[in-house]
Amino acid sequence: MKKALGLLLVLMLVMSILVTGCSQPAKEEPKKEEPKQEEKAPEQKIKVGFVYVGPIGDGGWTYAHNEGRKYLEEKLGVETIIKESVPESQEAEKVLNDMIDQGANVIFTTSFGFMDYTEKVAKANPDVKFLHCSGYKQLDNMSNYFGRIYEARYLSGIVAGMKTQSDVLGYVAAFEIPEVVRGINAFTLGVRSVNPDAVVKVKWTHTWYDPAKEKEAAKALLDEGADVIAQHQDTPGPQQAAEEKGVWSIGYNTDMKEMAPKAYMTAPIWNWGPYYVQEVKAVMDGTWKSSSVWEGMKDGIVQLAPLTDVAPPEAKDAVEKVKADIISGKEKIFVGPIKDQTGAVKVQDGVVMTDQELLSFDWFVEGVEGKIK
Amino acid sequence: MLYKVVKRSEITQGKSFGIRTAAIILALLTSAVFIMILNLNPLEVYASLIKGAFGSNYRIKQTIITAIPLVITSLGIAIAFKMKFWNIGGEGQIMMGAFAASFFALRYPDLPKPILLSLMMIAGMVAGGLWALIPAFFKAQWETNETIITLMMNYIAIKWVTYLQYGPWRDKGALGFPKIPNFSDNAILPNFLGIHIGWIFALILIIVVYIFMKHSKLGYEIAVLGESENTARYAGINVKRTIIIALLISGGLCGLAGMIQASAVSNTLNVEVSGGVGFTAIITTWLASLSAPFILLASILFAALIQGGSFIQTAFGIPAAAAMILEGMILFFVLGSEFFIKYKLTKNGSAKSAAGKGEI
Repeated sequence: MKKALGLLLVLMLVMSILVTGCSQPAKEEPKKEEPKQEEKAPEQKIKVGFVYVGPIGDGGWTYAHNEGRKYLEEKLGVETIIKESVPESQEAEKVLNDMIDQGANVIFTTSFGFMDYTEKVAKANPDVKFLHCSGYKQLDNMSNYFGRIYEARYLSGIVAGMKTQSDVLGYVAAFEIPEVVRGINAFTLGVRSVNPDAVVKVKWTHTWYDPAKEKEAAKALLDEGADVIAQHQDTPGPQQAAEEKGVWSIGYNTDMKEMAPKAYMTAPIWNWGPYYVQEVKAVMDGTWKSSSVWEGMKDGIVQLAPLTDVAPPEAKDAVEKVKADIISGKEKIFVGPIKDQTGAVKVQDGVVMTDQELLSFDWFVEGVEGKIK
Repeated sequence: MLYKVVKRSEITQGKSFGIRTAAIILALLTSAVFIMILNLNPLEVYASLIKGAFGSNYRIKQTIITAIPLVITSLGIAIAFKMKFWNIGGEGQIMMGAFAASFFALRYPDLPKPILLSLMMIAGMVAGGLWALIPAFFKAQWETNETIITLMMNYIAIKWVTYLQYGPWRDKGALGFPKIPNFSDNAILPNFLGIHIGWIFALILIIVVYIFMKHSKLGYEIAVLGESENTARYAGINVKRTIIIALLISGGLCGLAGMIQASAVSNTLNVEVSGGVGFTAIITTWLASLSAPFILLASILFAALIQGGSFIQTAFGIPAAAAMILEGMILFFVLGSEFFIKYKLTKNGSAKSAAGKGEI
């Protein structure tokens, strides 16, 4: 007992020496910084925080957001701070509070699961502006923003539908949320617009970032006869599965050519930079208002990555044509007649699904093989 | 063999001071090399690690909030460890405690606050205790290996909560997103002085566990049993009964930590509710030599390391993995020094004069 007491006292002593010893040189720095911030308060120095669900190096979703952040830094010269691999749990709330403590006054939270925590922290911090990606909640100081990635997924479906030989396509999907369901449906409609017999098999991984698990799911789909793999997670795992099997793939989030050069054909990709610049600029100018943004290919927030040589040669023209129609508003994608998995007509001929319906999509279109729990 | 590992009979305070200081200096130096590889100034990083943990009111609060479940879980684990019952199952006991508390929070959201919270607390402790009781029973009855069983039962508990989160308890209003609904306000622990009252529980429990271990009959029996089962038998201690009661208390404390995390921190149940506390607490318990007051110190130091580590990530823009390497490195050296405090290396031959041989 005495021994332990001595030891721990010593430990404490050493730590306290460290505390006092080490913080001295650094003390000068914060002293310089902190009063500066206070003095400049009326002018408001902008510090932008980004909360990521995965690591920056995921080569996917978070990577794309981080590219947007870099673009923002480059264009506006604002200071940004980041936190990567934040779980979609109470930890997110803590990270948000940490960022505010570190002086962030504009914060982007870039995953659906951060929504409630963003809302909670936003209510407690009315002076800080929050922008949440992929959710639906909005406050005076909290925007939500997202892109109509399904437009690009539809196009990627055309490429996949032309390429497949087995008429079976595999789709490695993350969670049974409307965003993912919508993407699977758009992809399937794209596939069947050029190949009415093809089916899309779906496997859920319940992960956004788990390279091994996502690769395994892709392998299972390949074993079931799929010869094109598409995905809705943030790692190139499924791409690699297709590459190893010698078949083809559609990526997601970013151009994944380097990860699977012999399999990868194209990918629906994100381009967040311009939006980030626009919003932060508005904050700097004092004109920012919370909004609910859901932009598509017209605004460039979503794009289709350039087709590689692996893609069927005739796909390029077909894609370009439909793309032009999407941008002009002629092709709305979710237009009736659309049948569900049982073959019953769910959307009547000529009827366009509303945004509200798209945002709560909870059924699969005909041609999808899989279940929404 | 040129060297032998020999147990130290006694160590002077000066010597242990030297070993620990050396360990920390080594840890900082090694980490410094790593930080320099990242193109950062180690002194700045260390300073901001401390700043991140204690630099403002807000950060001190966060450090304390991180320390609360560590303290309570460590206390629970310490009781089992004192008996040399290696309870690696804190994580699972926390999960089951959180689960049982959530059951009442979700079923009876409109009960008056004091009643609902008391119910949740009792449920949490009972569930945690029962979860620990299973390996205790096997150990008492058939001498099974408790390390393996408690470890494996963690995964059962985690998967059980995962099942609830994706299945029966999923929030219908979350548009398919797998989360369990948030608790009503009545099911959330109140704050005291800006921090949820878990910190008061933690402080009270430290005193209670200290008295229990040092001055109660059962505490003494646990200690004797830990030293030698045969001695315990000769002294007329009911071994089976002691094991089972000790583990009920041990698991109960972990379950209480789970209830506090679910109620005050998460405001709901999810697989992240424990966040690895059950494993981290093993380290803090060990660092504190199973002593209740030192558990407080070790937990706060550890919470500071976690909080500071999180701070430097954003402050310097270093990847999460790099911050974890730093934490791991410091930990590795500090824990490593434990070995040299308990054992020493001697050249073959000279070992005979030492008091006893090491068990390793």
